[in-house]
Amino acid sequence: MPKNQIPLWEVFIRPRNGLAHKHCGSVHAADEVMALQAARDVYTRRGEGTSIWVVPSSAITASDPENKDENFEPALSKVYRHPTFYDIPDDVGHM
Amino acid sequence: MAGADTISREELAAFLLRLADDHLILGHRLSEWCGHAPMLEEDLAMPNMALDLIGQARVLYQYAGAVEGRGRDEDALAYLRREREYTNCLMAERENGDFAHTMLRQLYFAAFMEPMWETMLSSTDETLRGIAGKAVKEVAYHIRHAGEWVVRLGDGTEESTRRMKAAVEALAPYVGELFESDDVTKAVAEAGIAPKPASLRSRFDAIVGPIFAEAGLEWVEAPFTQTGGRRGLHGEAMGFLLAELQFMQRSYPGAAW
Repeated sequence: MPKNQIPLWEVFIRPRNGLAHKHCGSVHAADEVMALQAARDVYTRRGEGTSIWVVPSSAITASDPENKDENFEPALSKVYRHPTFYDIPDDVGHM
Repeated sequence: MAGADTISREELAAFLLRLADDHLILGHRLSEWCGHAPMLEEDLAMPNMALDLIGQARVLYQYAGAVEGRGRDEDALAYLRREREYTNCLMAERENGDFAHTMLRQLYFAAFMEPMWETMLSSTDETLRGIAGKAVKEVAYHIRHAGEWVVRLGDGTEESTRRMKAAVEALAPYVGELFESDDVTKAVAEAGIAPKPASLRSRFDAIVGPIFAEAGLEWVEAPFTQTGGRRGLHGEAMGFLLAELQFMQRSYPGAAW
């Protein structure tokens, strides 16, 4: 990271209890305390959240877009992995 | 027996207007940063706090107008009074200066208001109890946000430390006015509506002290105290502020969305 640049943080917000934290964007901040405040100010202004996580962007290891085909295409031809081939008895109701 | 009914309408209205003016004028100052903040995150954070303050001002003006009983609504009180009729503290109207100055001013005002709102949670005045319930959470965040910046700037680079120290010096003469007493503050204190300002000083120090310690800042005793805001005597900056604040309502009376 270039000198004099403020680090980037990824922001995850949990909208309600019981739901998972979801990535919603990023903020610049000098440290984790300021990152949480910035995330609160930028991403929860309309009551979007009950909990915030911030993670240094540099701590995230991402898959390489170049490997997209070998990573994800093999799954496309395996429709039998979707659980849509089973008949569910009416008595079960919603699963 | 102390109670909200032992105070005159004039005194209660005067107290409410002071409180409302503090919040409107400081909220306006803070909103001037919108589009000019050092980074996008702060460009949202400062107007966020400004909106908290202006929201508090609105309900206080509405209540002041009702208590006063002269048919003035929140807009008339906010936009259609003359400079000498505003009774905000002088700290609120000061120009923003640099970011360090703005953050320190915010910390001071929030550290004054937090114990005030907290005490008013058990005010004899039901409306103020309700306003305090909402405001106390907002002001707690203002302390945290401004406080974290004061720590980081005070204990930051050579330049940020220099600017923070300059802000401490520049604002020192404006702290004393917050805790001044007069007939209005005595009347609301005796009626159990709001605490005596002087009684908030130790709690103000308990908030600001640890932040200064962490920031490596020294408290500066002011050689004198600036005063007069509560009597409508303002500094040079106030007229320019009001010119901008009132422009719309003066040019287009009754303008609405």
